[in-house]
Amino acid sequence: MSAGDYAGTRFSPLDQIRRDNVKRLALAWRFDTELGRGHESAPIIVDGTLYVTTPFPNRVHAFDLSRPGSPPKWSYEARGEERARGVACCDVVNRGAAVSGGKVFFNTLDNHTIALDAGSGRELWNVKLGEVNRGESMTMAPLVIKDLVLVGNSGGEFGVRGWLSALSVQDGSLRWRAYSTGPDADALIGPWFKPFYAQDRGGDLGMKSWPPDKWKQGGGTVWGFISYDAQLDLLYYGTGNPGPWNPEQRVGDNKWTAGIFARKPDSGQAAWFYQWSPHDLYDYDGVNENVLFDAQQGGRRRHLLVHPDRNGYMYVLDRETGEVLSAEPFAHITTSYGVDLKSGRPRMNPAKEPHVGRLVQDACPAAPGAKDWQPSAFSPKTGLLYVPHNNLCQDAEAQEANYIAGTPYVGATTKFIPGPGKAAGEFCAWNPLTAKKIWKIAEKYPVWSGALATAGGVVFYGTMDGYFKAVDAQSGEMLWKARTDSGIIGQPVSFQGPDGKQYVAVTSGVGGWAGLVVVNKLDVGDPTAGSGFTVAMKELPQATRAGGSLLVYALEDGP
Amino acid sequence: MMQRWVSLLLGLALLGPCVSAAEPARLRVCADPNNLPFSDRERRGFENELASLLAKDTAKRLDYTWWAQRRGAIRSTLKAGLCDVVIGVPTSLDLLATTKPYYTSTYVFVSRADRGLDVRSFDDARLRSLRIGVQLVGDDYANTPPVSALSARHIVDNVRGYSVLGDYGHELPAAGILSAVTAGEIDLAVVWGPLAGYYARKSAVALQLAPTPAVDGEIPLRFAIGMGVRRDDVARLAQLNAFITRRQPDIDALLARYGVPRP
Repeated sequence: MSAGDYAGTRFSPLDQIRRDNVKRLALAWRFDTELGRGHESAPIIVDGTLYVTTPFPNRVHAFDLSRPGSPPKWSYEARGEERARGVACCDVVNRGAAVSGGKVFFNTLDNHTIALDAGSGRELWNVKLGEVNRGESMTMAPLVIKDLVLVGNSGGEFGVRGWLSALSVQDGSLRWRAYSTGPDADALIGPWFKPFYAQDRGGDLGMKSWPPDKWKQGGGTVWGFISYDAQLDLLYYGTGNPGPWNPEQRVGDNKWTAGIFARKPDSGQAAWFYQWSPHDLYDYDGVNENVLFDAQQGGRRRHLLVHPDRNGYMYVLDRETGEVLSAEPFAHITTSYGVDLKSGRPRMNPAKEPHVGRLVQDACPAAPGAKDWQPSAFSPKTGLLYVPHNNLCQDAEAQEANYIAGTPYVGATTKFIPGPGKAAGEFCAWNPLTAKKIWKIAEKYPVWSGALATAGGVVFYGTMDGYFKAVDAQSGEMLWKARTDSGIIGQPVSFQGPDGKQYVAVTSGVGGWAGLVVVNKLDVGDPTAGSGFTVAMKELPQATRAGGSLLVYALEDGP
Repeated sequence: MMQRWVSLLLGLALLGPCVSAAEPARLRVCADPNNLPFSDRERRGFENELASLLAKDTAKRLDYTWWAQRRGAIRSTLKAGLCDVVIGVPTSLDLLATTKPYYTSTYVFVSRADRGLDVRSFDDARLRSLRIGVQLVGDDYANTPPVSALSARHIVDNVRGYSVLGDYGHELPAAGILSAVTAGEIDLAVVWGPLAGYYARKSAVALQLAPTPAVDGEIPLRFAIGMGVRRDDVARLAQLNAFITRRQPDIDALLARYGVPRP
């Protein structure tokens, strides 16, 4: 699985690479994907084989780690509909595969979930779950729990109604589907549903918290990572922002968007829900990772999860009940004043509410949030969460005419600008128990890569301007960095090779929403191109170039 | 061997100028292959007809690059050099350079003629109870002007949305909002004129079309449409402007045939 374990920690127990020898880290081998779009995938290593997915046209490559030079074993291309290119909102990324029981499972941009034979790359089954012609797409990494492969959809910007689906690992047949909006029957909400907060209790809130029928196009897509607690037998995932209506047209909390569900995997039945951003105004998808950890509190062991949200708060929840134990800002926030732990609701700042025809300046975080999809890592050794994230604010005004499919409309002009400190990105270490930031590293661009923590006390992340970096897990001190041909927005992983050596692997290949300025060669003179990202990213095309590679590093001369 | 090379070279030398002399200059147009009444791959849209008129007028061969008109279409096609002209864009669009407008259209209120509604204003009290369809774009704060006009009046519960992109698998992808009017699922739709005009001409059920007001507060509901070229393509822009001036009567007749509402 992409996150290394069900808890979503992205922690490697390997410790050959340490603070004192990481300087000897060097490229062991590489593979160029020959694709120019954003590479957000995590390499997955199972039984001496490394598997990695690519952006559209959605290839899977397998490499034999037991042979010198780790040669390619097989590759597969999904040959999707070319049309899917125009339909996906934010570059044509793929966030990785799941490998389980001798099968490789992955999603394609044009809504197929495909199972391959892990040994040969032969297609075992291929099911179509959505319709590109209606704006649906899929980008997330599946998760396998028991005999189910769990997948979700993307496309909230196009009026898609979000869902999480469970397919049989045997043949891809649909076991259950839980919608993020609509009646309880569609959301798989039944007698087991026990949300912690009063506002989430009642019948059919997925309909009643919307004006009539608007939930049918309500968004709440499921495109982030899923985590799972086998002991409680609960899976956890976030739902995307509500859409595609103007907020004035979707009065209400817009459940179950921009929140987190806990569900039973066998039936899909919901156990609890909590909404990070009721009636979201800022495109604050709630899909960011939920990292599971346990801690002693008040004389007993508590089962917790930590979640850095797009809205700027770092939440710690009791993962049995959905109670919010703490919610503190990890980034600069002007759109709200804090989270009321009694009601669970954020206290919103009316002065930053966008309205048609009104310029709202300095709304922080901007639409990509204090942190977008880029997954953080948790080290049980330090007890810290390592968070790659953004430092972005936005100026928004709804004015300019634009043009889609024959129809002029009044589009929003949004401009993202770096927040305080003028650096658009940050990599920080956060103590979830004290709710305090321990250290931080400013980066010029949003840190759009995932993080990796290791037992060697070294933490890895990549930057969009093309560096792969290793820092001290305790202090944040920069220990090592390597230049890469293209910026990094992938998910670093560590593994032990058949030769017994510890390796670190990551994909480079800039892109994604923040990297469109490079892969699409956007006009950096137009502040609103790339949905507002060009101001913050205007120097990136000079710093790096497009092009995907799998990079595998090891210590020179061994450990 | 040597001789073969020589003759081959000679052949190429003869062929070269021959081909370029026989080949007319090309008019390279980017268009959506499935977006009637504007364009489609069978060239049944009015933008197809206008492109043909332009090609004929300037004695050029018409070449199409087909690309769905989604976000990024202009960037991926015109700006990437796959074509030189986009036939229909609002002249207020600052992504590219636009000609002078060759028509202006408006959003229209559409209802079944047999209902006799005759709605002409967003302040019509009946808008609070009629079932109203609007076209949705997708991004927050980026919706069509009628959505803003209704939201500003807190007309919410009776408003239904239809994707402006519609179902691309259908022949008239965006027509769902209009078939909902003819089927009586909604009482009134507020739709961009050219789509409504075209649909009304083909509809078995008589529809009434009435233009909306030109503006609502600061929000315009009328848009001038011209042709688009790359910002630095100044010479072509001048040629296109001259064509529009010269052939405006023909363009007017073409638009009238497609029922484009022109207030």
